[in-house]
Amino acid sequence: MPASKTGTKNNAKKAATKPKAAAVSSATKFRLPETEEGTVVFNTDPLIIKSHYEIDYIHSYAEDSPFFVGLSQGKLLGSECRRCHYRFATPRAYCMQCGGATKWIELPLAGRIHTWTTCYYGGEEFLKETPFNLILVEFDGVDSLFLARLVGVRQEQIQIGMRVRAQFLRNSKFKPTDVYFVPA
Amino acid sequence: MRPVYMISGGITKFTKAEPRKSFRVMVKEAFDYAMRDAPKLRKADIGGTVVSYFSDHFTRQLMSGIMVADMCGLVPKPTIRIEGGGATGGLCFQEAYRHIASGWMDCVVAMGFETMSRVNTWKGNEFIALASDTNFDYPVGGFYTGYYAMMVVRHMHEFGTTVEQMAQVSVKNHKNALHNTWAQKHLDLTIEDVRRSPMVAWPLTELDICTMSDGAAVCILASEEIAERVTDRPVRVAGIGAGSDAMRMADRPQGEVVLLPHEDPKEYKNLKYPGVHSFRAGRTAAKMAYEKVGIRSPLDELDFIELHDAYTSSELQTYEDLGLCRYGEGGKFIESGAPELRGVIPVNPSGGLLACGHPVGATGLMQAVFAFWQLQGNIAKHNGGDGFIQIKPRSKKHPMRGLIHSHAGTGTYVTCSILERAF
Repeated sequence: MPASKTGTKNNAKKAATKPKAAAVSSATKFRLPETEEGTVVFNTDPLIIKSHYEIDYIHSYAEDSPFFVGLSQGKLLGSECRRCHYRFATPRAYCMQCGGATKWIELPLAGRIHTWTTCYYGGEEFLKETPFNLILVEFDGVDSLFLARLVGVRQEQIQIGMRVRAQFLRNSKFKPTDVYFVPA
Repeated sequence: MRPVYMISGGITKFTKAEPRKSFRVMVKEAFDYAMRDAPKLRKADIGGTVVSYFSDHFTRQLMSGIMVADMCGLVPKPTIRIEGGGATGGLCFQEAYRHIASGWMDCVVAMGFETMSRVNTWKGNEFIALASDTNFDYPVGGFYTGYYAMMVVRHMHEFGTTVEQMAQVSVKNHKNALHNTWAQKHLDLTIEDVRRSPMVAWPLTELDICTMSDGAAVCILASEEIAERVTDRPVRVAGIGAGSDAMRMADRPQGEVVLLPHEDPKEYKNLKYPGVHSFRAGRTAAKMAYEKVGIRSPLDELDFIELHDAYTSSELQTYEDLGLCRYGEGGKFIESGAPELRGVIPVNPSGGLLACGHPVGATGLMQAVFAFWQLQGNIAKHNGGDGFIQIKPRSKKHPMRGLIHSHAGTGTYVTCSILERAF
C-alpha cells in the first residue's frame, strides 16, 4: 500500500479563546489546537506508521583528537606503548597488551594490504558509495593494522601484499576517511 | 556452585518481519510455550528473569526488558537486561546459569528477543555496524559483512580455504532446515546456487549470510530440586565458558595459539594468532567450557553443536576455534562431511542462523532450546512429528552432550555452553 497523508483542519482559533478566571463552568469548552501535520501510514492491519528519529551528537574525539587533526596535516598518527613498546597503527590511549599509557608516533605513509574486500551493499549511510573497497593496512615496524578505503583499483586487481600509499583529502572532514589508500 | 538444569524452553518462529506482534507479545508466546511444556512448574517457582536484546535502536524503546517481564506477569520479581552484540542471547543464558549456580535463585527465566524489521535492511546494517568502533571503523566501512569478508579473505590466504567450502556450509545448514518447521528458510541449495546469489561483500554472497529477523526465545533454568519435581527429562548445563577480544579487528595481535589439551604447539609453529583470520574469544570460551566439563577431545566427546553461523565463513572459522579440527582445516572439515547431520559431529542440525534467522537477542537462546529438545529426545514432539533432525549418535542410543556457541562483533564476545542429558 502506498504511503498516504492524513490530517485534520486547523481549529486553533477556537481554542485561543481565553478562559476567564473563576468563571469555569461545565459549559466552558476546552479544545487542543488542531494542526495540519499528519502521519505517514504504510498499512492499517496492523497499523504501521512512519516514525522519524534524528539526532545530532556533540561527538568528542577526546583522547583520539590528535589523530584526526593529524590527518588534516597529512600525517598518519599511531600509538606506541611507553612500557612494552607495542606499536599500534590505529591509535589508542592505553596499550591492549599491558595496559601502559601510549605516546603518539608518526606512521609511514606507505604499507601493504593485509586483507581486503569489495562491498556491494552496506549500511544506509554508505549505500550510495558502493561498490567500495575496504583494506586493512600493515606497516613495516608496526604491530597492528589500520582500516581504510582503497581507491583507484577494480576488485580483480586487489591482492594481499600489494603495496599501497596514503593520500589525504585537501578539505578535511575530520573523519577517518580523510585518509585513503591508492596503489603505490 | 550448585548444579544447574534446563527444564523447559520455547521459541517463536523467526520471520523477516512480524508487524502483527510487538516484542513483548513475541516473548510472551515463547514463555507460554515453555510453561505449557513444563506443566508442573508453577509461576510461584520462578524467582526472576534475565532479558536479552541487542539494540535499543531497533525497538526505539528504552527499558524494553521490564516491558517483557510485566507482559509475562513476572513483576515484581527481580529482572536484569543483558547485552553483548551477537552473543547477547548466549550471554543471557550464562547469566541465568549464574543465577541458579550461585544459589541466588532456584528458578529463572532467560528471555530474549529482537524486532529488526522496524527499520529497513540498510538502516539495520547501520545499527549493527554501530557495534564497531565509531571513531575508526564505522565511518570507514559501516558494514559488518565487509568486516567478515576481510577476515575470511585472510583465512583463504593463510590456509587455502575456498569459496566453495564456505558455500557447502550454506548448503548443509539449509538442507537440515528442510526438516525444521521452526526454520525461516527451507531451501534445497547447491554450491552453485550460493555462489550465483548476489554478491554482498566479496567473497560473501546473500546465501552466505544470515537474515535480520523478528523473534523471541525463552529458556527456563532451575536447581536440581525443582528440576526433579517438574520434569522427567531434565538437561544439565554441565559447564560454561566465555571469552573476549579487542573491539577493533585492526588491533588483533599476531601471537601464539591458545592451545586445547589435544593440540601440539608444533602444529602451529608458523601461525600468527589470532590475526584477523581466527577468533581468540571463541577459542578461549571453548577451552574454558571444556575444562569445566573435563572434555579433552571435543570431536569424540560432543554429540552435536549449534554454533553461531551468522556467516558461512564464521562457521568454518568456529570449527577451528572449537578444536573440531586444527586451525586452517575448517574448509577441509566441511568437505569431509564430518559436520553433516549424519556425520561425526553434526553442526547446526536446526539449520542455524543461516536458515532460522538471527533476531539477535533471541538467537543464543534459540540455540539452547534446540539443544534442549535434542537432548530430551523431543525434536519430533516439537516439530510437528518430524524427527529427522533428531541426533542419532553412531555409538550410543541417545545424544548425551551438546554444545551451544554464541558470537558477537568481529569475535569480541563469545560464549560456549555445554548441555548434557540428565535422565
